[in-house]
This record gives sequence, C-alpha cells and structure tokens, in this order.
Amino acid sequence: MIAIFKELIVSSGLVSLTGGNLIMWLVSFVLIYLAIKKQYEPLLLLPIAFGILVVNLPLTFLMEPEHGLIWFFYHYGIENDIIPPLIFLGLGAMIDFGPLIANPKTLLLGAGAQVGLYVTFFAAILFGFDLREAASIAIIGGADGPTTIYLTSKLAPQLLGATAVSAYAYMALVPIIQPPMMKLLTTDHERKIVMSKLRPVSRLQKICFPIISAMTIMLLVPASAPLISMLMMGNLFKESGVVERLTKASSNELMNIVTIFLGLSVGATMTATTFLNPKVLFIFFLGLFAFIISTASGLLMAKFMNLFLKDKINPLIGAAGVSAVPMAARCVHKVGSEANRRNYLLMHAMGPNVAGVIGTVVAAAILLKNLG
Amino acid sequence: MPELLAPIAGNVWKILIAVGDKVELDDEVIILEALKMETPIYCDDSGTITEIRVKEGDAVNEGDVLAVIG
Repeated sequence: MIAIFKELIVSSGLVSLTGGNLIMWLVSFVLIYLAIKKQYEPLLLLPIAFGILVVNLPLTFLMEPEHGLIWFFYHYGIENDIIPPLIFLGLGAMIDFGPLIANPKTLLLGAGAQVGLYVTFFAAILFGFDLREAASIAIIGGADGPTTIYLTSKLAPQLLGATAVSAYAYMALVPIIQPPMMKLLTTDHERKIVMSKLRPVSRLQKICFPIISAMTIMLLVPASAPLISMLMMGNLFKESGVVERLTKASSNELMNIVTIFLGLSVGATMTATTFLNPKVLFIFFLGLFAFIISTASGLLMAKFMNLFLKDKINPLIGAAGVSAVPMAARCVHKVGSEANRRNYLLMHAMGPNVAGVIGTVVAAAILLKNLG
Repeated sequence: MPELLAPIAGNVWKILIAVGDKVELDDEVIILEALKMETPIYCDDSGTITEIRVKEGDAVNEGDVLAVIG
C-alpha cells in the first residue's frame, strides 16, 4: 500500500517542481486576474495565461517537440507562420480604411510613428541584444500583436513569450501610457483644433483601395506579402459587399478559432527556463520605451506637417499612428474632447491608426528581409 | 430652426431628451456609440426640442440630423 502511494508521488509532477515553475504560476495567476478583473485584452491574455500555467506543470510534456499537444499548435500555427496572417485576414475584414482614403496625408503619420521602432532597435543593440533579438523587441513599438509574433517567431523565437505579452500589455495600457506624452508634446491650443469634416468616400474607392494597396506594397516590399495579402483580401471581402459570409467567417469564426491557438501557443513558450531570465525584464522596459518614442514621433510628425498645411490637423491624431486599433484612436478622441468637448477626433484618428498597421507590417518586413 | 447634427458616425446609444424639453447651450442631449466608445453630443443652441429624428439603436452618419431645436 505504502509502496503504491510512494510510486504515485514519484511519478507525479510534484517532485519535479522547481522554484521557477512556482514563479511562473504566479505570473499566470496575475495575467488571469488582469484578463478577468481588469479586462486587459482578455481574448488573448486568458489563453496566454492558461498556456503559461499548464506548461509549467512538470512532466506534462505539452511542449515536447514531436509529442506535445501544444507543441503541434505552436509548430504548425506559429513556427510555420499560419496563424498571424489568418489574424490579419480577420483584421482586414473588420478595418474601415475610409478615414485613410478620405485623408491620405494621415498615411505619413502612420509612417512617422514607426520611428520609435528604429530608435529602439539601436537601443536594444546597445543593451547587448543581438540584431535579430533587437528587431523583435523594437517591433513592440509598432503596437501590433500579430506582427510582433510573426517577426519574433522568425527572428528570435526564444523571446516570443516576452515580446508578445509586452505588445499586448502595452496595447491594453494605451489609455495610461499615451495621454502624458500627448499633453507634454502638444499645447492646449493645439489640442483644441477642430478638424473639418472628412470627405465622403465612395464604394468604388473603398473597393479599389485594398487591390491597389496590395499591389503597391507587395511590389515595393515583397517580404510583407504574407501579412499584407491576407489583410487586403479580408478588406476586399468586406468592401465588396457581396461575400458577407466570407467576411463574417474571417472576422468572427476563423479569427476566434486562431486566437485560441495563438494565445495558448504563445503562453506555452513561457516555461520557467526561457522566461525567468534578466533579459526579459529588459524586453518589457525596451518595449515600453519603443511605444513611448513611437507615440512621440507620431505627435511630432503631425506638428511638423502643420507647418505646411493650411487646414491644420489636430496633432493628437499623430499619436494614433502606433497601430493598436482602435485603442489609440479612442485615446486620441478622449484627450481631444477633454481639451474641447466639441472635438470629435475619433474618425480622424482612425486614418493614422489603420495606416499604422500597414506601417508596422512594412517595417517588420524590412527588418525580416535584412536579418532573416 | 437649428438642427442638432451628428458630429461622427455611430449608433445612437442613449437619448437623454424628449420632445418638449427645454435645453440650454452645452447640455448633454444624446450619447452616440462609435467603436465601442460612448461619445456625448452637446446642444449647439438653447431652446425647446421640437423633434427627435432618431431612436436608440439607430445607426447614424456624420452630418445626419439627430434632433430639431425650436
């Protein structure tokens, strides 16, 4: 009897538990709390947090190559670059490029806000990260989850958990991180600027946009093809108005399904041995730095454009040039309406916001092409 | 007669006024919802509400008339 009991204990995971596992449990519990109680990106954070928990239960071998269940999700979904492009298909089916088409100069803001990414790239190198790791950390500044995962899984898979979690965390923290920068870099007078009504965009223009953008961007930066092709096809589905079933499948069912596998796999990369590493703290720090610099460069780009524009733009919308759709646009709207309650910047901010998504993908593609 | 226009596209979330109500400049009269964010709409004029052209749940475009103030 005692022998059987002893055997049970030895074959259980308990004896193989490490202190690191316990710390990772705590990390997981904190993330579960943030997801449920604070609703910080719960759709992603919850599967990520649960992935962290189960992978830190010893002897389950869920991430064991060629054997573990989650390893298969990870290998086929993320390592083979299937899931991030599918997320982009769903995003495309949801995004309205109308505000960008109505006001194409906001494309510059989407590009301007990518400066943080390049600044961070060099900062990370100074901190001792190698080029591929530095690129994966810098992309956090683009505030785009799937792009961050896509790039990191190709360049520095050992950092995947940390970069993905910080990208999603900072997106959820947009309303806390961005307003101080916005107030620091703009005057009260600038924040009060009311922008003129957006010109109406015809259905034809909306249909042409994904086709022309897909061709232009992929001809110029072929490495962006997996993400851009899916994004623009999703958008074409939506704007065509004739394939509602495909639009819905892309933006709801398929998106929800791949989100589960994405979250779980990303979480499962965070075993105690890979995650409890001083480097990870630096990643969170540098990611935040990237995000702040991107916000600042978007704002400054908008102010710079105002030097030449007769019809002034509200420089706050530059902050929406980091992707984080639509959190950043909402944040701009809120700060703008605090300065002047008749200021409705939401749709104006959506222009740079969706341009930021394209900007981040292009930046990632350039990094991938040169370092991959 | 002054009209209250929707400053952004969205869905009518809450209507805080009824026909016959007296409103002042800057009163919060309607709340629109766009991109999962509530946006209050303020009165441009003082007067009495003579007509409300939308109901809760309606989708409106930028520039649509929400209400008429007499």
